[in-house]
Amino acid sequence: MTRVRTVLLPPALAIVFAALLCAIALVISGDSPFTALAAMITQVGQGTTAIDIVNNSAIYYISALAVAIGFQMKLFNIGIEGQFRLAACVAAIVGGTLVLPPVVHTIVILLVAAAVGAAWAGIAALLKAYRGVSEVISTIMLNFLATGLIAFLIRDEVFGDQQGNNISTTPIPPSGQFPGIPFGSSGTLFGMVFVAALLGLGYWFLLNRTRFGFELKASGESPTAATAGGVNARRMIIIALLLSGAVAGLVGLPELLGRDLAYTLTSPQGYGFTGIAVALLGRNHPLGIALGALLWAFLDKSALALDAVGVPREIVLIMQGSVVLSVVVAYEIVRRYELAAEQRRVAAELRAAAEKVAA
Amino acid sequence: MTTLTSAPATVPPAAPKGRRMPPWLRAVIVVVIGVLILSVTATLTNQLQLTSRGTMQAAVLLALPILFAALGGLWSERAGVINIGLEGMMVLGTWGAAWAGYNWGPWAAVIGGMVFGALGGVLHAIATVTFNVNHIVSGVAITLLGLGITKYLSTLVFLPISHNPRQSPLLEGFETFSVQPLANGLLAVENQQIAPLSDFAGLIGGLVSGLTPLAVIGFALVPISYLVLWRTRFGLRLRSCGENPVAAESLGVHVFTYKYAAVVISGGLAGLGGAALTLNPGQLGYLEGQTGGRGYIGLAAMIFGNWRPSGLLGGAALFGYVDGVQLRAGGEAVHALLYGASILAVGLALLWVVRRQWKTAVFAAVAGAVVYAIYFTIDTVPREFATYAPQLVTLLVLAAASQRLRPPAAAGVEYRRGEGD
Amino acid sequence: MPAAEFAVELAGITKRFPGVVANKDIDLKVRRGEVHALCGENGAGKSTLMKILYGMQQPDEGTISVDGSVVRFRSPSDAIKAGIGMVHQHFMLADNLTVAENILLGAEGMHGIAGGARARIAELAETVGLDVDPGVLVERLGVADRQRVEIIKVLYRGARTVILDEPTAVLVPQEVDELFETLRGMRAEGFTFLFISHKLDEVRAIADAITVIRRGMSVGTADPATVTSRQLAEMMVGSELPSPETRESTVTDRQVLVVEGLELAGEGGGRALLAGVDLVVRAGEVLGIAGVEGNGQTELVETIMGMRRASAGTITLDGTDLTKRTTLERREAGIGYVPEDRTRHGLLATQSLWTNRILGYQSRSPVSKGGLLGLIDRAATRRDTQRIVDEFDVRTPGIEVAAAALSGGNQQKLVVGRELSGEPVLLIASHPTRGVDVGAQAGIWEELRKARARGLAVLLVSADLDELIGLSDTIKVMLRGRLVADADPSTVTPEELGAAMTGADAAPAPAGAGE
Repeated sequence: MTRVRTVLLPPALAIVFAALLCAIALVISGDSPFTALAAMITQVGQGTTAIDIVNNSAIYYISALAVAIGFQMKLFNIGIEGQFRLAACVAAIVGGTLVLPPVVHTIVILLVAAAVGAAWAGIAALLKAYRGVSEVISTIMLNFLATGLIAFLIRDEVFGDQQGNNISTTPIPPSGQFPGIPFGSSGTLFGMVFVAALLGLGYWFLLNRTRFGFELKASGESPTAATAGGVNARRMIIIALLLSGAVAGLVGLPELLGRDLAYTLTSPQGYGFTGIAVALLGRNHPLGIALGALLWAFLDKSALALDAVGVPREIVLIMQGSVVLSVVVAYEIVRRYELAAEQRRVAAELRAAAEKVAA
Repeated sequence: MTTLTSAPATVPPAAPKGRRMPPWLRAVIVVVIGVLILSVTATLTNQLQLTSRGTMQAAVLLALPILFAALGGLWSERAGVINIGLEGMMVLGTWGAAWAGYNWGPWAAVIGGMVFGALGGVLHAIATVTFNVNHIVSGVAITLLGLGITKYLSTLVFLPISHNPRQSPLLEGFETFSVQPLANGLLAVENQQIAPLSDFAGLIGGLVSGLTPLAVIGFALVPISYLVLWRTRFGLRLRSCGENPVAAESLGVHVFTYKYAAVVISGGLAGLGGAALTLNPGQLGYLEGQTGGRGYIGLAAMIFGNWRPSGLLGGAALFGYVDGVQLRAGGEAVHALLYGASILAVGLALLWVVRRQWKTAVFAAVAGAVVYAIYFTIDTVPREFATYAPQLVTLLVLAAASQRLRPPAAAGVEYRRGEGD
Repeated sequence: MPAAEFAVELAGITKRFPGVVANKDIDLKVRRGEVHALCGENGAGKSTLMKILYGMQQPDEGTISVDGSVVRFRSPSDAIKAGIGMVHQHFMLADNLTVAENILLGAEGMHGIAGGARARIAELAETVGLDVDPGVLVERLGVADRQRVEIIKVLYRGARTVILDEPTAVLVPQEVDELFETLRGMRAEGFTFLFISHKLDEVRAIADAITVIRRGMSVGTADPATVTSRQLAEMMVGSELPSPETRESTVTDRQVLVVEGLELAGEGGGRALLAGVDLVVRAGEVLGIAGVEGNGQTELVETIMGMRRASAGTITLDGTDLTKRTTLERREAGIGYVPEDRTRHGLLATQSLWTNRILGYQSRSPVSKGGLLGLIDRAATRRDTQRIVDEFDVRTPGIEVAAAALSGGNQQKLVVGRELSGEPVLLIASHPTRGVDVGAQAGIWEELRKARARGLAVLLVSADLDELIGLSDTIKVMLRGRLVADADPSTVTPEELGAAMTGADAAPAPAGAGE
């Protein structure tokens, strides 16, 4: 019971707080919060919204898992953004070039994406492990460099094709696509949604049932204790960042293999930073992250619905930003309260036991 | 002493004391050598733009926002709070500057940018100082929130005027001015085209002409930050919070107050950086995404400068300069810089040979050879890479020198009142 | 001169923390111009009481009077204004600031931060015998000099009453004598001292009056001229004293740990941290390492554990060369490790007790099921954790609670229990009873003795010379990264050890500075 309270209360409070904040902002700017709320809720049943939310949340989920792997050992992989974009770009190039039978083709593309993501994160990993460079700074720099590299790779004299105003890679043939589940007029569910779910399961298992998971958590909780306990810090940094990068490499694939089929200059950006926010919302827990991803995707989608009723769609961004900030504050308060409560409880139980012995 | 059998103990010799050079002299020597290398490069590769006044003016404009952000990082981290939210505070600053500037003119823009950035700083301080949220987490969240708030506000405020939710109307900027007669004199020397004299003249000429008041404020803030942080009581207390907050508290320093002050100042400085973007003579106004990650780059410049005002000035100058060269002269000029970099590497290798640090010397020599090989095999650096040359340089510098950096001891460390022993 | 007889008077002080009462109705009266000792074992509530007097914490009940008038301290600055200063046990110095900056911090208003301040600092440096340039960074100072800087900090603020929290814990006997000389001189000038310690001989040597507290309550006062250490100790503990003595020798001639020519290079090409260390620990033997902190004991232990990489030399365990092995492989080879700082190196504070059982054993039965993924056997781990809790008398309501919820002594018992699991052949114990209560201390000594009797080899590092002499079969003295002397624990005295630890008899070494 207390567990449910301490796990669910902070995010619930944070959401209420953020919603209140937005309501106030709306009232000040002369809009009705109730109209906004109604529009946001009714949109879910309309058109392809529900499927879109699930599809997008799968993307956010993968990205947040990548972030969470690093967070477990207090490594801040801010570079998911660069890793996923570069991986998607290279995967699109490779996928569009290779001729392979179905399934194999798809798997090769997935592997290429994971490998590129891991390699890009690997640069930060090596710099951190061998040169002591903060991964925060190096991954941010690598994000910039990835942008440059992508722009170079899809130049039309390199791997790209000029198509009107846009430059694109060669489209991936049907053999390399990841089939989705069509729901008629409600849209098509990306097949990668299931891959995302599997990744979540794998993450949970790795974290709670294996030696690697223990070593990861131990390194995050106390690097000194982990070292004394025989955990090789350097090895952990490298493995954790490679793994995080590999997962990050898959972030762009639901759209690439399920809808876009090619990487273009206008391919989506920003999923990496969304992943950080979602991982924070879900407190790095596989289920929490799933809920966070759904919430985020729901808010994203709400922007359109709000536009339709004349409420500035940017209110959604404020909602998202304030939810993240208030949720991290709420978790921190509860964490502190929890530990103090446990100390009190232990002391009380020991006193009771001592009195029983004395009696 | 019957039970103690002592082994002969040899006292190891004390480490030799290195000769000390005054820091200002070092800085002058570094700058002179740098300019000489540029001069040689410009002459030999015939890329005269490398040392032209125009390049330098562009470099100053480009360096300015980074310099403000870096100073913001300095203030915050010296008080022990990592501020990766600089980017968000800078974004807030661009909007605040545009809004205030549109209504009340350029000086209001400066104040507006500062105030909005400082508000971001307040948020960061509440999260990290009061609630002990991890500094990086809070910084990322504030950047997200800053982006959201600015987008919302520009839809609300700018859309009706500019008919574009991503842009503010055109602002009135500062008049630019030059330090006369120095600027004209230098121009005359530059036009003589005598290496290295003209190169010096070009570079310094760029520093003293086409200035705005904001540039003067930016450069003045470097020594001011040094004096305040290292030569006043306020600064001593602030730094003590970044080195050992428990000790500071035990001496009656109100750590909370100083951390709040530092982070709010930091936000204000980042906001000034935003104002510098908004008031850029080339593009007067708010434009969505105009910060382009300069807050992060400012942080990198500060780390590059080893958490010191003079160092971060160097870092910001490097970013601004490479950016300026790229913008004014394009990929071929950046290509020429590779040549300069290989000269620098060879020079460093020789220096380390003299100091008998063989490993480092070999490393520098190999790096120089690699850079030269790249220079030799390609004709121009593709535009996509040239744009990001500063980021690459940062990464390389961090890889080479990060172990010699000395961040404040308690930067990023959780601190709670009354918990020390 | 104020008329009041008492410089400081605490009455009925009570302070509660979540789950514990740290201070309960404590009375303490300190006369002007005396050295008043406050005695009590670890965890008795001395430090809390002093933090209250120094304004770092507020009492729940009770009053504080200074010079006869009741005061309320909301923060240390209030206490400083009232003329009270505190020298903390763990030095409160910022390494990256200069000596002068550390002294000035918070008191910039008194003499400015330039010339006037420098003159005053020079004056005070003379009073306490500090002989370093105030412009150097504190990180370059030795322990005794750091303590002097701490005392100057207090005096600079015009304190007339100085709290010294365990000031001798980090000093060797000779440095303690110097400190006491300084204190006596200052007492003659009218300073009042509150001297916190649990080293009873020292207390009797310096104090004019003694107050003893036990379990957060004051149990009485004593006159140092008449009371014996034994009586004092029994007041502190409330019962018979445990003693760390080992009985008959169990040393065999089987060499378990053999270290030869061990070297550890200093960081950045500085002085070597370990130089030419040779030692052998046999089965059933406790080898004690004595030394002033910071002379390489920590580095020696961490190098043997593989946490630092030796630059030369070999480490052999039961005939197997471990020199190139990782920490985990060394643990698997049979080394148990009780680190000197359990919260930093021994435990994961927010994790459950059974999760902490995994640490260091993640690759072995009963924790691991093995296999490619290294599956953790949660059930077996929980069972074995319960066994440790039972066998080693870890007082806890269960194995699901977080390690941080336990008291220091119980945490340490858990660590010792864990490190004696898995049949180790060598136990490395660094300060195994530091910061634990007397009951747990006796329990841990007993476990070490039992393990030794079973034929375990033990490498014991301790700053507590009584513990070292009582438990060890052989003692080696460490000074500046070298083993400089051997001592026979059956005959050596703490004073003789102290002399060897400072190198007083071996080589004329400069004290403190020049590190």
